[in-house]
Amino acid sequence: MIFVSSAMVSTLILDVGFMAMLVVVAFAIVRLQSLFAIVMLQGVYSLLCAAWFVSLDAVDVAFTEAAVGAGVATILMLAAMLLADRESKPVPINRQFGPILVVILAGIALLFALPDMPTVGDGNSPANSYVGMDYIARTADEIKIPNIVTAVLASYRGYDTFGEVVVIFSAGLGVLLLLGLDGNAGKWKAKPNGIQLYAPSAPPARIKPDNDGGESS
Amino acid sequence: MLGTVFDNYHYAVVIILMMTGLYTVFASGNLIKKLVGLSVFQTSVFLMYITIGKVMDAQPPILEKAKDYALNVSGNYTAAAGESGGGGYQFVTDIAYSNPLPHVLILTAIVVGVATLAIGLALVVRIREVYGTIEEDEISAIDYGYNLEGTSR
Repeated sequence: MIFVSSAMVSTLILDVGFMAMLVVVAFAIVRLQSLFAIVMLQGVYSLLCAAWFVSLDAVDVAFTEAAVGAGVATILMLAAMLLADRESKPVPINRQFGPILVVILAGIALLFALPDMPTVGDGNSPANSYVGMDYIARTADEIKIPNIVTAVLASYRGYDTFGEVVVIFSAGLGVLLLLGLDGNAGKWKAKPNGIQLYAPSAPPARIKPDNDGGESS
Repeated sequence: MLGTVFDNYHYAVVIILMMTGLYTVFASGNLIKKLVGLSVFQTSVFLMYITIGKVMDAQPPILEKAKDYALNVSGNYTAAAGESGGGGYQFVTDIAYSNPLPHVLILTAIVVGVATLAIGLALVVRIREVYGTIEEDEISAIDYGYNLEGTSR
């Protein structure tokens, strides 16, 4: 009994710590202007989420989030940042009121719906009662591998995973069609009717078009 | 009601994170920062799903072999609880595991999220090539500065 309570206390400390760090990182993303810092903090956010997933018993999700969310997504964003700008302009204060209003209203609506959610950790809630527990009971007999998530992903919901592969293929194809295969991504300049498109008020681009190319995906 | 909110503070924190991401998407004029906000929002939704699937005092959804479980419970190895015939293992299904279904759904969602992020970033790079900027107000200024034939207004 003492072991259970101490385990719960340590889980509580972990949860609260991860929540606090996530909120701090999310607010820092809102406040910062440097795109490099923003992109790296997004990677930190994903990594913290992955750590919290382990605490929430979702080990497969945790290593996928650490590899894909914190790894691949950060690399993609860094590549896009290198091909685009390094700094973002600060938002003028009169353009912040509308978004703040919308966000506060949406947040209040969601918090109002919060008491209807099942209690955290309730094993008898509707979400935890039917299909998921059925997968647990059947995997031991039908698939005969220990990892239930793998069994569901590759066997029971195999067509879903196949559709996921199709989505990734389409996305890769789309990126190639948008950026081209010749390694000149980000270098091309459009001149419709011989006119360079720049706003009269726009400052010149904030990045030197130097020769650090080669980041075509 | 307040007690329920306090019990479910996980969800309240997730809602705060979600709204932070939404604010970044709405308020920021920089397209890459918008995509980062979208990513934060998305990861917060993942957190909510995984939180729903958590069962208190349960194990991760990886079945214990009956042999290992007997070893864990009794502290010493009991061969009788081990393998069944034919080389297969017997698994313990009557102890509490967390719900694997949200995990499967979110695994798919993570990968699809990265795919959409890649497409969005490719579009940002293309916009940068054509307009020379990725700030929304400057793009709008360029758009309103030319008519449809491309000659200056």
